[in-house]
Amino acid sequence: MNVLYFAWVRERIGHPMEEVESEAETVGDLVAELRAREDRYEAAFADVSALRVAVDQKLTDFDAPLKGAREVAFFPPMTGG
Amino acid sequence: MRIVVQEAPFDLGDEANRFAAGHRDMGAIVTFTGVVRDLATGDLDAMEIEHYPGMTEAALTEIAQQAQSRWSLGDVLVIHRYGRLEPGALIMMVATAAPHRKDAFEAAEYLMDYLKSRAPFWKKEHIGADASWVSAKDADEDALSRW
Repeated sequence: MNVLYFAWVRERIGHPMEEVESEAETVGDLVAELRAREDRYEAAFADVSALRVAVDQKLTDFDAPLKGAREVAFFPPMTGG
Repeated sequence: MRIVVQEAPFDLGDEANRFAAGHRDMGAIVTFTGVVRDLATGDLDAMEIEHYPGMTEAALTEIAQQAQSRWSLGDVLVIHRYGRLEPGALIMMVATAAPHRKDAFEAAEYLMDYLKSRAPFWKKEHIGADASWVSAKDADEDALSRW
């Protein structure tokens, strides 16, 4: 699946998108896999309460299942308007 | 309904006139415009707006559809810019058309409240050599509870 990062999450991880091979069943499982990769991921995901997630461009939560998901995006709370 | 996400500036007068034209049964047009506001110190060089192409348009469409289902509206317009904007620049606008003003005002407020914390935009302030992401405010999240 494609994993996208926005705003300071993108800056901490160092790129806007990557393809990730994962068997993670939920968003939370995927976060645990990413955190275990490198320090920059650990830094970005240290406090998931400060993050929001979208699966296939729909806002959801960290318990959401990933079965069939093509795109997962992580970002801070939004500041539009 | 018209949803526009663009980097280019928009002309508030042209957009408002175009939106208002052609309705014979809408007694009220409400427009709201968001502007890049300088800091009290006058130090803001620019506001940079990042967004999530694809999801942004989908989220704005869904918010506008929700407004249309809750209020009696003839039409809805949302324009939101991204990229680097200087103080005084127009960031975004919403417009609502309704037979009566209460629906038009309330729907415009609803659109703004949801757009602030449910549409995937992020603001970054540039001040001299420094740049910092704008934090979401609890008040913006709390504003949703009234709907």
